[in-house]
Amino acid sequence: MSLLQIKNLHVQVAGREILKGIDLEMDAGEVHSIMGPNGSGKSTLAQVLARRETYEVTGGEILFQGKDLLAMKAEEAACEGLFLAFQYPVEIPGISNAYFLRSALNAIRKYRGQEEMDAMDFLPKMRESLKLLDMDEALMNRSVNEAFSGGEKKRNEILQMAVLEPKLAILDETDSGLDIDALRIVAQGVNAMRSPERAILVVTHYQRLLNYIVPDRVHVLVDGRIVRSGGPELALELEEKGYTTMETGTRSAISV
Amino acid sequence: MSSNTDTIRELAQQEYKWGFVTDIAADSEPKGLNEEIIRFISAKKNEPEFMLEWRLKAYRHWASLEKAQAEPKWANIKYAPIDYQDIVYYSAPKQKPSLASLSEVDPEILRTYEKLGIPLEERKMLAGVAVDAVFDSVSVATTFKAKLAELGIIFCSFSEAVREHPELVKKYLGTVVPYTDNFFAALNAAVFTDGSFVYVPKGVRCPMELSTYFRINAAETGQFERTLIVADEGAYVSYLEGCTAPIRDENQLHAAVVELIALDDAQIKYSTVQNWYPGDKNGKGGIYNFVTKRGKCLGKNSKISWTQVETGSAITWKYPSCILQGENSVGEFYSVALTNNYQQADTGTKMLHIGKNTRSTIVSKGISAGHGQNTYRGQVKILKDAAGARNYTQCDSLLIGDQCGAHTFPYIEVKNSTARMEHEASTSKIGEDQLFYLRQRGLKAEDAVSMIVNGFCKRVFRELPMEFAVEAQKLLSVSLEGSVG
Repeated sequence: MSLLQIKNLHVQVAGREILKGIDLEMDAGEVHSIMGPNGSGKSTLAQVLARRETYEVTGGEILFQGKDLLAMKAEEAACEGLFLAFQYPVEIPGISNAYFLRSALNAIRKYRGQEEMDAMDFLPKMRESLKLLDMDEALMNRSVNEAFSGGEKKRNEILQMAVLEPKLAILDETDSGLDIDALRIVAQGVNAMRSPERAILVVTHYQRLLNYIVPDRVHVLVDGRIVRSGGPELALELEEKGYTTMETGTRSAISV
Repeated sequence: MSSNTDTIRELAQQEYKWGFVTDIAADSEPKGLNEEIIRFISAKKNEPEFMLEWRLKAYRHWASLEKAQAEPKWANIKYAPIDYQDIVYYSAPKQKPSLASLSEVDPEILRTYEKLGIPLEERKMLAGVAVDAVFDSVSVATTFKAKLAELGIIFCSFSEAVREHPELVKKYLGTVVPYTDNFFAALNAAVFTDGSFVYVPKGVRCPMELSTYFRINAAETGQFERTLIVADEGAYVSYLEGCTAPIRDENQLHAAVVELIALDDAQIKYSTVQNWYPGDKNGKGGIYNFVTKRGKCLGKNSKISWTQVETGSAITWKYPSCILQGENSVGEFYSVALTNNYQQADTGTKMLHIGKNTRSTIVSKGISAGHGQNTYRGQVKILKDAAGARNYTQCDSLLIGDQCGAHTFPYIEVKNSTARMEHEASTSKIGEDQLFYLRQRGLKAEDAVSMIVNGFCKRVFRELPMEFAVEAQKLLSVSLEGSVG
């Protein structure tokens, strides 16, 4: 059984169709990448998978570990093991990063019938992940994402992913706003998370990130449809030719 | 979750009505306010002559105000006119309906207590269950009092203070909030039934937080309460008022007065958690809370600090203030006020800078949910002689949903050119993106809201004594239940 199965997914926002029939399957252990130009529906797909309610699903089906994902609330999907690394992480003033992360972990553990983790047990787990991402522990005592630099915010997302250990991690434009050193560290963190039990979906505009996180499959999303799928070499081809040719290419293919 | 809360509120409302009828019929004087009632109250309490005279003067003043229809109308609150002749001003200390055990108490109410983490014996007291011999509040209070007496600290009911320490009461009563201060203060002065009295002698640091909880019969003094706290030179005291547990009361109108006096180098820290019955989700019932609280930093280098967490009452009208008279004296006001459903709060502070180099800090956090209306009203006044005075004000509002309101009315008056003022204000709404972020990490919607709100209030909670702060956080979460769809 696939970890994630998306069948003919149609999504609208404010009456406008953004996703026009997406099919995608991912197995545990795989890394896929969704690439596409601005406005193609990449982020919409990521947010719908994470169960954001502002999007209206007008057709199709999503199975996550065999369960109906569209019937789940955001927190249920999270507790079932779905994680979204946000393109724009949100600030929560007055709540320390460490407290927030432990609360999240415990909410998930509680959902799964596991015992909650106290601060003493949590600390070593947190420190291990901090080290992986070359992050300063001082960042954990600051309010969630408040006055974090762009790079710190993105690293913080991957830190949360490392602590929460999801089954499916979706990285939404994690490379945007990162300089090359930060990009390398973030990619290193993500690569360390690759495992036979986990799938990772990397949503990106640029091929650059895929030099560091090499995907098993690449899907090209244009105007709400996956127009091509292939191996990692597809990303390089895109980089060279751009999305425009890709789009016209498929259209003519369809008309044939 | 929300249906639970509603049930609790409905039940509370039912019992509220029921309690009103039975208790009043049995144990009280007739309704209405006149000189005879004042004399009756004073006689019942065996008060010395000076108290009766003071009460009568207050009554006459109040009567003239009522005649002139001078009940204050400037606050941003709406309520039906109060008929002051339709209120019973004296009830004999009454028996609460006594139940044999907690198993007779409504399970929904018990669940609320549990959520708030209230100790078992305390739950019994709150629910009106007869308290057993193990938890003997009299003996707890006695042990406690003995400890304080060793240090010369007086901590007793106001009535007791009037009888046992008339010279102290006479010296300080009405010196911070005179009976002429305002309509409700005049009413309180005329009819107040009881309250607390604290005196900390020179150079004594009170070793424990003083709480009404340890005072016998504290629960019976809710309606027209009067508190007077005096910290003599170099003394320190921290006083806790209220309780996080939902408290029901048969009396709809509350008009309390609190006076604090700090002499040279003295410090008073006054913390309140107010959770009176707020009315049901449709705005029916609930307490009208018209409170006058003021502290006077009489001596040099003295400090008075107010911290309040206001989550209860249908109407809150309350401005804990500081008169900064002594040189280098410091006034502080930290407030969290939450209005949910149809609650209305008009609250804030006044900082009156009289002495040189006086400093004040105001941090106000207003949270509105449901149809709640939340107003911050603050006055900072720097007088001519207050050279080097400083004020910092931060006033933030948080909105949950689109049916509620937040209002801010700062008044600033500066008459000395060396004064420094800072005022920061913000209004924000709990955003869908914040909620989604927290929910995507596994937190339930209500836990997410409560986390955002607690973060918003952190600056104020930091000022509360540790245990109180933990309780206040839980209280906010419980009060917010049902505020997100």
